[in-house]
Amino acid sequence: MDRIPILRMGNLLLVTIQVDMHDKLAVTLQDDLTSRIAEVGARGVLIDISSLEIVDSFIGRTLANIASMAKVLDAQTVVVGMQPAVAITLVELGMSLPGIRTALNVESGMQYLQETSRAEEQDMDYDGDSAEF
Amino acid sequence: MTGTVQNSEVIPIKDSSDVVFIRQRVRIWATQLKLGLVDQTKVVTAASELGRNTLEHGGGGELEIAHLVDGARTGLRLTFSDKGPGIPDIKLALTDGYTSKQGMGLGLGGSKRLMNEFDIKSSPGEGTTVTVTRWK
Repeated sequence: MDRIPILRMGNLLLVTIQVDMHDKLAVTLQDDLTSRIAEVGARGVLIDISSLEIVDSFIGRTLANIASMAKVLDAQTVVVGMQPAVAITLVELGMSLPGIRTALNVESGMQYLQETSRAEEQDMDYDGDSAEF
Repeated sequence: MTGTVQNSEVIPIKDSSDVVFIRQRVRIWATQLKLGLVDQTKVVTAASELGRNTLEHGGGGELEIAHLVDGARTGLRLTFSDKGPGIPDIKLALTDGYTSKQGMGLGLGGSKRLMNEFDIKSSPGEGTTVTVTRWK
């Protein structure tokens, strides 16, 4: 069965969608990613869709599902590289993907994920310090 | 629906890989008609939505892709037809957010916004035909 590979880099998971996904493949990706997040305790998920020539309502919904499920599992999701024509079409279709963090490219997406996980660590440090009083 | 058909192609829709095939064929036709990239993306996205409807709600059917010529303008017409249960309330089905299954409910209304012309014919028990056209 077809599968989209999920790469792990530290506490981040990276996915590049490079094929025209049929619906079952999108659902498989959703399931695989959710299990991997829990398995490795990932703090961030980066999904690169720069090769996707269209995002229809099903794929859009799958991306939104992944982001919500990741959030419940305490991981941030960022979708990067959406082509301008795809963005125009999605909004006209009626999907503005609320709840999904996006970035123009992999670099700024990675930066966002690293910053949020660093900010969380600092918060935790602070809690630790205050507990000593 | 105006214009005369220059040439056409019929593609069966039986499973979800056919929906992927439809996207590829519609993309090729849209490219041949020299539609711009944004228009190509809109047409292919509408084809994907409507193809999925034909499969999920109509129990499968077919798509006819046609190259239309009307005077100086050319267009791409897509006709999705199935012999499924039909749509009891078309006006309701066109409302954003309405869904009979677990979709987003954007398929019909969204496709209408992505195309220039939109026509739907459906009668309970006899099936549904959706015809959409994008002019260049």
